[in-house]
Amino acid sequence: MSRGYGPIGLLKHAVAWIAVAIVVFPPYILVLNAFKSKTEFSQTSVFKLPHSFLNFENFSTVLHRAHLDRAYFNTLIIIVCAVIGNVALGTMVAYVLGRFDFMLKKLVMGAYIAVSFVPTITTQVATFTVIHGLHLYNTRWAAIVLHLGTSVLQLFIYLQFLRNIPKELDEAAMMEGASLLRIYRTIIFPLLAPATATIVIIKTIDIYNDMFIPYLYMPAQKLAVVSTSLMNFSSERSTEWELMSAAILMIMVPIVVLYLFFQRYVFAGIVNGAVK
Amino acid sequence: MPGNLSYRQQKNLLIVLFLLVPLALLAMFSLYPAFYLIYLSFMTWDGFSPEKTWAGLANYKEVFHNREIWAAFSHNFVYLGWGLFQNALGLLFALLLNSRMKGRNAYRVVLFMPYIMNGVAVAYMFNYVFNSEYGSLNTLLHGVGLDSWAISWFGSPKFVNHVLGFITLWKFMGLNMVIYLAALQSVPSEIVEAARIDGASRAQAILHVILPNITKVIELNLFLTIIGTLEIFDLPFLLTDGGPLGASETFLTMTMSTAFKFNNFGMASAMSITLIAAVIVVLGIQRFVTRRWGE
Repeated sequence: MSRGYGPIGLLKHAVAWIAVAIVVFPPYILVLNAFKSKTEFSQTSVFKLPHSFLNFENFSTVLHRAHLDRAYFNTLIIIVCAVIGNVALGTMVAYVLGRFDFMLKKLVMGAYIAVSFVPTITTQVATFTVIHGLHLYNTRWAAIVLHLGTSVLQLFIYLQFLRNIPKELDEAAMMEGASLLRIYRTIIFPLLAPATATIVIIKTIDIYNDMFIPYLYMPAQKLAVVSTSLMNFSSERSTEWELMSAAILMIMVPIVVLYLFFQRYVFAGIVNGAVK
Repeated sequence: MPGNLSYRQQKNLLIVLFLLVPLALLAMFSLYPAFYLIYLSFMTWDGFSPEKTWAGLANYKEVFHNREIWAAFSHNFVYLGWGLFQNALGLLFALLLNSRMKGRNAYRVVLFMPYIMNGVAVAYMFNYVFNSEYGSLNTLLHGVGLDSWAISWFGSPKFVNHVLGFITLWKFMGLNMVIYLAALQSVPSEIVEAARIDGASRAQAILHVILPNITKVIELNLFLTIIGTLEIFDLPFLLTDGGPLGASETFLTMTMSTAFKFNNFGMASAMSITLIAAVIVVLGIQRFVTRRWGE
């Protein structure tokens, strides 16, 4: 096998580099043009480097005009509330389903599996009336509540981890008089931490990237999240490309940075989710 | 120490308390909407008025007879074509990165990156690539003298779905690749090495030893792709709004505008149920096929 740079080794790298170039090309063009002034943009080719990569004017303009500060804030609130709730509820369901036998256990598991067959986007027509009925329309609660529920994938990841926590730990704690609630709090929840880390990262990416729920249920300007504020900004100034480039980058970069730092968890979540 | 009976009481109490909120959420936001959707699909309703009138099967008849809906649905098949290509590329790059190669983790990280990017940002970014005037693609084509190729990509009914299909490939190829890669890494290296020692070429080892070991994951990826193409929505919604003249409508963009633009919730519900039925049929076929392989 070629470890170094034999002809096959070179070919492999060439193929990989073509793919990398195709992936990186669109964001690269954005980076070039986000640093150009209006006149500079109209006078130079899109492939030209900007005069200076220190010209942050577009970014500060966009921050104000597209109200991105507010959008980051709204997104952050929704992520923090939904992820904390989601992890709490997810571990609770997994604990109950993974450790106890009870009458309706199969039915509960079956319900989670059944709803996973129904793509969420298709039921929005009906969910819309539920959100209206609960008076959550045009509040941040709409997004929080819709992201709160446990998914089958999440349950599978937790149950898989739970199986590897020896039952003897529960029993030993019980011998010492610990209640079940205490066992959940002091043994199960902490030992599920690796799974929780994966779920927190995946869920954060999901909510950050979600466009449909905020678009449909939170149309008020002051509730705009990152996705919807970019949509609003685009409908106003889609022709000012240098500003749009900066805006797109400002939405794109935070999650890319998060991904680069926590790639291990992202891959763990994706692979677990898909193969189960 | 809790006695036997009090343990049972404690257990029951815990089960009820721990499942109360999650099951309420499941019921309110997943189960109820699904059943309500079935009910609405037999109704005529504008989404606002308190009156709903019984429509029987009229909505479903309309779904199956409406030419515009079928035309939109046919566009989903363009995405399917790109999706199959995307799968082939995913497998190719997984094989590539599964071999001994310097920097393969860095390649994996970069090629997967589009999948985690914000979909709205990605859509507008490609608007910038394919824009007929300022777009980098047409600038490039003009630069190398292929002026006649530099068309209005989003304005051409012939090309628009292919452009959107390509963007889908750009975003999702890494997902397929990562799933394939995980499967390849679970193929025991001994059997591959044994085949190589027996004189199998690299290509033969891949074709006869590695691929048969990951058929299940290939199927899984294909079915994920099929379901994904049935549910195409974001890109046409953000970039073309179904245009020009409906040339890039998909089944789901039609469904959503039927509900939220034209306030025909009954019809939209019937379309949603039809789509869900299609997804369940596809998943059913997958189960059937996978079981057959398993035996």
